[in-house]
Amino acid sequence: MAGIQVTRKLRSKLHGSWMIISFVMVMLVPVFLSIGLYLKSRPLFVDQGIFEVLFSSSWKPMAGKFGLLPFIVSSLWVTLMSLIIAIPVCLLTAIHLTQYAKRWVLRIMHPVIDILAGIPSVIFGVWGILVIVPFVANKLGPLLGKQTSGFTIISGGLVLAVMIIPFILNILIEVFRGLPDELSEAALSLGASKWQSIKYVLMRKAFPGIVSAIGLGLSRAFGETIAVLMVVGNVTRIPTGFFQPGYPLPALIANNYGEMLSIPRYDAALMFAAFVLFVIVTLFNFLSRLAIANIEKHS
Amino acid sequence: MTDKRIRYIEEGFFRVLMFFSTTGIVLTLLLILFSILMKGLPSLSWEMLSQTPKGGFYYGKEGGILNAIIGSLYLSLGSTILAFVIGLPVALFMNIHLIRYKRLVNAVRFFLDLLWGVPSIVYGAFGFSVMIYFGIKASLIAGIVTVTVFILPIMIRAIDEALKTVPRGLLESTLSLGATRSETSYRVYFRQSFSGIVTALLLSFGRAIGDAASVLFTTGYTDHIPTSLNQPTATLPLSIFFQLSSPIQEVQNRAYASAVVLTIIILIISLSVRYFEKRFHKHKIKF
Repeated sequence: MAGIQVTRKLRSKLHGSWMIISFVMVMLVPVFLSIGLYLKSRPLFVDQGIFEVLFSSSWKPMAGKFGLLPFIVSSLWVTLMSLIIAIPVCLLTAIHLTQYAKRWVLRIMHPVIDILAGIPSVIFGVWGILVIVPFVANKLGPLLGKQTSGFTIISGGLVLAVMIIPFILNILIEVFRGLPDELSEAALSLGASKWQSIKYVLMRKAFPGIVSAIGLGLSRAFGETIAVLMVVGNVTRIPTGFFQPGYPLPALIANNYGEMLSIPRYDAALMFAAFVLFVIVTLFNFLSRLAIANIEKHS
Repeated sequence: MTDKRIRYIEEGFFRVLMFFSTTGIVLTLLLILFSILMKGLPSLSWEMLSQTPKGGFYYGKEGGILNAIIGSLYLSLGSTILAFVIGLPVALFMNIHLIRYKRLVNAVRFFLDLLWGVPSIVYGAFGFSVMIYFGIKASLIAGIVTVTVFILPIMIRAIDEALKTVPRGLLESTLSLGATRSETSYRVYFRQSFSGIVTALLLSFGRAIGDAASVLFTTGYTDHIPTSLNQPTATLPLSIFFQLSSPIQEVQNRAYASAVVLTIIILIISLSVRYFEKRFHKHKIKF
């Protein structure tokens, strides 16, 4: 009897320690990540200065010049493009699904959103090359009077938009569902139409949630690699329009890994690109999640 | 009167837009699946699924992508198991040992959500620089470890969401009957949230098999099926990516066929998630 007691206690102890070890390991991941990236990229801004690296547009690894500006600007363009498409679509769909649609529509949309969210990045890239790039080159470009190969910011933005739509939409549906029913009921009882109650009451109440959903979508779009890399053209130049090729930060890292060891400081530059990516994405995530946590607390 | 009419027109206008954006999302998904299947299915053959690349494979000669299929399965299975071994105790710890410290648990959830948002290319780049530091070559084990770190937050949060639904009364009653906390963890909480845990495993597996950026530098690429953890390993996403960048039409067609294989694997996972979410409520105690 006593023996069983001891093994039970021992098992519990062992399990308890493994729990704590795992817990600490997981908590230390971002610490190691940021310290490691920082130490690796430090040689770069010791001899160039951090602002020189961030805001210089000359990228000549062979001459030891590593200006990240073209890549940062490209990332911003592609992300902006994807948000311009994704935000209205997500807002309209979320309002439709939570305010107007019948239940069976939601029952169809849930698996659709889940499957869309689960499709791997590289498949979106293949789809982009198959459908989006020819569409931009042969239809959209000529329609707007532009000559393009199709491998442009706008293609990257379109593919990215489809990738972040399920992500933003899921959060928006939660946001609109979390609004108290009394709000629209009060508006309706005062004589507002359904649309007025949505436009003047629900949208206003949901505004912080909408902004955070967009923030989360933004950070997801900013770090997306393979799909964008496949359709965006990858030309090192600061883009000035949607119909020009771009070269976003993640694509820079992914494309240049092979040769980074042969050129001095190259690895530091790429690590710094990863560090910038990490900081920007985590910052946006942090702010948006904080806002969402605040909304949940107040409701 | 006219004011009212404008309002109705406005509502009608936006309702039409809403309808179009909702159907637009469904149609986009169908378009993606349809275009990949249409382009890839004609090039898909038994030879592609059952053979490794032969000489001249990358010039359009014979061979298949078995190396990438098996490699991806090894990699995803390995990292899912590893992430489960680390992630399950963490999730249990949060929901059983720390249940009294609600703010701490919420802070940990917040933190894990932040980790989940870190792009996979950052994990890949970091993993690669750690490998250089220790002199490790691109290999299956390096890939498994990197992907594990990448899927851990998803694994823990998904299990955590399942454990959250277990009523607290169960914890109190089992402890009051003299069970140790580890017995409560595995005999009660684990069984109560079994379907959620299976869902978490499938979700993590799906993430692991579909991600390309984290394995790009850590796992390497090879034409052979790996026989040990120290060998480089081919993966499906990378095999699609590399074949598609070839100028030869034959090879590009194979990339589309490989994309069909990956899409079908992902669809099977998505459908099984739906299935498991509905089933396995047999042992569930409701309060």
